[in-house]
Amino acid sequence: MSARVGNPGPPLWLLCELTYTCPLHCVFCYNPTDFAKTEQELSTDDWIRVLRQGRELGAVQLGLSGGEPLTRDDLEVIVGEAHSLGYYTNLITSGVGLTEARIQALKQAGLDHIQLSFQDSTREVNDFLSSTRTFELKSKVAALIKQYEYPMVLNVVLHRLNIEHVQEILEMAESMGAEYVELANTQYYGWAWHNRERLLPSREQLRRAEDVTNRFRERVGNKMRVLFVVPDYFERRPKPCMNGLGSVFLTVTPDGTALPCHAAKTLPGLTFPNVKDASIEWIWRDSPGFNHYRGDSWMKEPCRSCPEKAKDFGGCRCQAYLLTGDPDNADPVCDLSPHHHLVTEMVNRASAPDAPAPVIERPLIFRDRKNSRALSG
Amino acid sequence: MICADSRPALGRGFRMQWEPAQKAHVLLYPEGMVKLNGSAGEIMKRCDGVRTVAEIVSDLESTFATTGLEKDVQAFVAMALEKRWLEIRQ
Repeated sequence: MSARVGNPGPPLWLLCELTYTCPLHCVFCYNPTDFAKTEQELSTDDWIRVLRQGRELGAVQLGLSGGEPLTRDDLEVIVGEAHSLGYYTNLITSGVGLTEARIQALKQAGLDHIQLSFQDSTREVNDFLSSTRTFELKSKVAALIKQYEYPMVLNVVLHRLNIEHVQEILEMAESMGAEYVELANTQYYGWAWHNRERLLPSREQLRRAEDVTNRFRERVGNKMRVLFVVPDYFERRPKPCMNGLGSVFLTVTPDGTALPCHAAKTLPGLTFPNVKDASIEWIWRDSPGFNHYRGDSWMKEPCRSCPEKAKDFGGCRCQAYLLTGDPDNADPVCDLSPHHHLVTEMVNRASAPDAPAPVIERPLIFRDRKNSRALSG
Repeated sequence: MICADSRPALGRGFRMQWEPAQKAHVLLYPEGMVKLNGSAGEIMKRCDGVRTVAEIVSDLESTFATTGLEKDVQAFVAMALEKRWLEIRQ
């Protein structure tokens, strides 16, 4: 059966979420809140088949993430296979478990790139930066990354509870010898969506963080490149999410479900195929789940007649669904959307003088198995 | 201005390869990709850290039976150095 819309190009970006196992419990994680339902992870052979089939279709960039991909002891085997197939291999890791023996084996296997993310690994969110254990771990891993001649790329997820520490975060990155730092404001999916009221910064917090970042950039010059990603709730046009679903991006989740975006599993009314039952070629070209949002015939107004629809593809389907209840609506980040007030109201609430202080009144929901089971319903 | 005797090489962290699915040389780097047009691919694949810019120019001119490529190659190499696709190792 084929539901093919047009003639899709190659899935240039393949993201393999190798596992949901993670030593951290980040409140801003985009992983599905019901991850604890996943019992069986794909085997090494399954992943290797996915890599081969993806490469045959023209996939070139490979992301290895999770959870924490280092918790899989076949990571080196997977990297080795990916490298010999011609992928550019990116490891997206918290660094927990990255010993010298492992980085050496990964380098030997042909790993091209490591993105080290900096999270709060403790439950004392307010102690974010005084968590010396985290700092020491990250510093050690950063030194290993440099020792093995990888560029030192640090990704820091910003939110209401740490955004005022941007100065300290940047200084820490500098002292670790980071060459690139991505200050990425939280995107509200998965666990972050559940915690959105606690995590969304105020306009004032955001403005100050941008000021601090700009002053820092002036001081360090070319030595360190700092990317500041504004939370899209503060924008007036939506992001061209995934360049349109089914356009360049393919995610495979730990249990083998193939998705056109790592958050797409939440979209109602769609079924997504599993790599254990179908080939990547059929999944990408012909499966209904990947074709549903190709092209623009699914669009409603105001997107359908919008001159910008080829630029942003109506924004993010998951965000449209989460905020408006209908994934076919315009992403409400767009100020042409009749639902845009939902976003501005949330930003207004976060910016009000009596907005929740970073003291826990309503508890944050940490990403762990117990909470996952509770949220699975 | 790039010296005619400098020897550009692929930048650290970059990889260049021919992609049949895209019928093009692509330049891969952390979490990104640039699809190179024909002439960019021909220049880039000769930047091996051994050949000088002058040698690359004369190789291209003889391969494609043409002359006067020096300015274009210089401009491309300057742009690629700026973008860190290429680097000149001391």
